[in-house]
Amino acid sequence: MLLVRCPWCGDRDEAEFRYGGQADVDYPADPHQLDDATWGEYLFVRANPSGSFDERWVHTAGCRRWFSVVRDTATNEMRPDIPRRRESR
Amino acid sequence: MVADGNTPAPPERLWRNPEPKRNYDVVIVGAGGHGLATAYYLARNHGITDIAVVERGWLAGGNMARNTTIIRSNYLLDASAALYDHALRLWEELHEELDYEFHFSQRGVLNLAHTEQEVRDARRRAFANELNGVDAEWVTPDEISEICPILNTSNLRYPVLGATYQRRAGIAKHDLVAWGLARKCDEMGVDFIQNREVTGFVTDGDRVIGVRTDNGDIGAGRVGLAAAGRTTLLTDTLGIRLPLQSHPLQAMATEILEPVHPCVVMSNHVHVYTSQAHKGELVLGAGIDTHNGYTQRGSVHVIENQLAAAVELFPVFARAHLLRTWAGTVDVTPDASPIIGPTPYENLFVNCGWGTGGFKATPGAGWVFAHTLATGEPHPLNEPYGMERFTSGALIDEHGAAAVAH
Ligand SMILES: Cc1cc2nc3c(=O)[nH]c(=O)nc-3n(C[C@H](O)[C@H](O)[C@H](O)COP(=O)(O)OP(=O)(O)OC[C@H]3O[C@@H](n4cnc5c(N)ncnc54)[C@H](O)[C@@H]3O)c2cc1C
Ligand SMILES: [Zn+2]
Repeated sequence: MLLVRCPWCGDRDEAEFRYGGQADVDYPADPHQLDDATWGEYLFVRANPSGSFDERWVHTAGCRRWFSVVRDTATNEMRPDIPRRRESR
Repeated sequence: MVADGNTPAPPERLWRNPEPKRNYDVVIVGAGGHGLATAYYLARNHGITDIAVVERGWLAGGNMARNTTIIRSNYLLDASAALYDHALRLWEELHEELDYEFHFSQRGVLNLAHTEQEVRDARRRAFANELNGVDAEWVTPDEISEICPILNTSNLRYPVLGATYQRRAGIAKHDLVAWGLARKCDEMGVDFIQNREVTGFVTDGDRVIGVRTDNGDIGAGRVGLAAAGRTTLLTDTLGIRLPLQSHPLQAMATEILEPVHPCVVMSNHVHVYTSQAHKGELVLGAGIDTHNGYTQRGSVHVIENQLAAAVELFPVFARAHLLRTWAGTVDVTPDASPIIGPTPYENLFVNCGWGTGGFKATPGAGWVFAHTLATGEPHPLNEPYGMERFTSGALIDEHGAAAVAH
């Protein structure tokens, strides 16, 4: 059971959340410019590291907000530091 | 070896533990069921025996040792029905061929339907199976009660409205399958190199000419990856981007009980699947944990949900004591079908993405992957399963028939 830190509600049981996969996968700026391979990659391919992973969670049974965390996929350790990209949002 | 219903005592030695040679015709990464079956059919069907199977842990200690051993071939789409039924036909002869009893038990599988929409989908799948020559029947709740008397069909939040029934489906003793394959491969000259992790590849331009390991390089004419959940860690080193996510998948077993459970039961909707092992444990599984990870450890709420479902469906299970839970690391693709075929690197081939359902495919996967490695070309059965389908969009979407959430 993971203990997930919602930035608004604090540490909560994983069962309150839904998982959203890799963070910072932006919709292509100009989809018409993409060839099939790049489009396929955007749709289907995500990073799958053993180690540090920036990922999305949504606090479905709480404040219902989305947020990003950094989790080590080999140990499940979650770092409280806020991923880089959130600051620019 | 005698098929007397008891697990035979393992012989003194089933395979050697040789020092690897400098070079092999074929190096297979991963001594799971698929790596073993691939080596077996390379030798048997193609006469290639200069093979090393390199394994980071112990032989067949990955998902092969952790799965719930359900074997069936009632998949919806033509490409899947052909591949999984080919595997099922091979299972039916494999133990004789290996001269090794692994208790393949065709006790039948019920896939339950709990909603009107599930009934429609399940019947459609049964009809599609019949058209593809795969045995399948639609059975009513009364018939289900005859097949599996301990199953509660009516006093439920989601009553059982019917099920598909595949009589040829069943279970096999997974460890014995691995040992039987390994013994035969060893007899034919295949080297198993255990406790050695492949960390990358030796390349010459865009050709792969060997593998790097944590204890030196091994040259290879061709390399086949059968590394299940850890495949992308290797393909990433070459910049090959595969559509795979690795997830924990859990299972559990109770204490040993008298025979009470005559078949296999799977429910996609309330999400549990069950059978009784030869030794007597009730074996239970469900879907993946949603987050990805390599911990070989899942979350407790997944276990709670499936136990709640199991006890509703099987009131007698409430008295059983849970003894063990464990998890594997399974590699899941976006269309719930495997990837088997060449890569952008010459001489490098992948067999991966079997997710939660690759044990049933073991001999079939080995057969087609051996063909691919021996000839450099996919076998007709794995032709649709190349990685290019994620560019062309010709997906093999088997989520519904996968029977577990992933
Ligand atoms: C809990 C659970 C229940 C399941 N239930 C079923 C079921 O009922 N029916 C079914 O059909 N399927 C089931 N599966 C899925 C099935 O186990 C897998 O699809 C199948 O085992 C995958 O093929 P494999 O045997 O090659 O994988 P594995 O046995 O995992 O083999 C891969 C091997 O590669 C090795 N390896 C990885 N990386 C490296 C490296 N870099 N160097 C060297 N070696 C490496 C690993 O150590 C491992 O031994 C289940 C899986 C789990 C975890
Ligand atoms: Zn919150």
